[in-house]
Amino acid sequence: MKVRVDVMLKNGVLDPQGEAVRHALGSLGFDGVEGVRQGKVIELDVADGTDEATIKDMCEKLLANTVIESYAIHMD
Amino acid sequence: MKAAVIVFPGSNCDRDMAVAFERAGASVTMVWHKDTEFPNDVDIVGVPGGFSFGDYLRCGAIAAKSPISASLKAHAKRGGYVLGVCNGFQVLTETGLLPGALMRNANLKFICKPVDLKVETSRSDFTSGYNAGDVISVPVAHHDGNYSVDDETLATLRGEDRIAFTYTSNPNGSTADIAGVLSENRRVLGMMPHPERAVDVAHGGTDGVAMFRSLADGLVSA
Repeated sequence: MKVRVDVMLKNGVLDPQGEAVRHALGSLGFDGVEGVRQGKVIELDVADGTDEATIKDMCEKLLANTVIESYAIHMD
Repeated sequence: MKAAVIVFPGSNCDRDMAVAFERAGASVTMVWHKDTEFPNDVDIVGVPGGFSFGDYLRCGAIAAKSPISASLKAHAKRGGYVLGVCNGFQVLTETGLLPGALMRNANLKFICKPVDLKVETSRSDFTSGYNAGDVISVPVAHHDGNYSVDDETLATLRGEDRIAFTYTSNPNGSTADIAGVLSENRRVLGMMPHPERAVDVAHGGTDGVAMFRSLADGLVSA
């Protein structure tokens, strides 16, 4: 069973890498990009029937640093 | 003073830290990350700089879940001393022993140079060898030293006099120019600059000596 976890910097936390990407897009002529936020996608291959609470536990303990990051779990 | 220095795969300042402790008179044991306990009677644990586990996932994140980290937390909880430098500071924030997080430098560059630090408090065994307001020169070498805390935590750190060092010229975008912070009991210090790289004239400066000396003095009487 595949599970996808998206990890993003929380709103309000400055993202210097996203800012650099935004500037680079501007210099390529892509006008009107008002913001870029860069995050991570983590794909997990877990045993069938693994519940969301277990994935949440993984996020809290390791996959995300909840001081600065938020996460979203996609169970497919 | 009995010191232990943790070695993770990818640590590269572990021996420098051991030498700095030894020069201050400590006996030092190197402890591999897969070990589960420190030698008896260890006063202080050094968490060294480097690139533990290749900085995978987040700097310090995997190291913070190493077998030895549970003992590190227990040591701190017992009132033991901990010094985390650079990657060691990142490990301490990831373990939750210190607040905040270290993010990518605001200018996205790896910064490797001596910087001036202002000693913000002399009220700890790490900083009692300095006077508050002293400016010391200590090298930094990091890509992810941009210290980030929310306003509420920053107010707490300020209110409890737990900001140990600030940059006189902020190199990395850190909140409030913070270079190092203390735990609530003032026995855990995390800092991005490398005091262990400023303990010999051949290093280009010796402003780090006072830290290791004051620790040795403080921990002998402890």
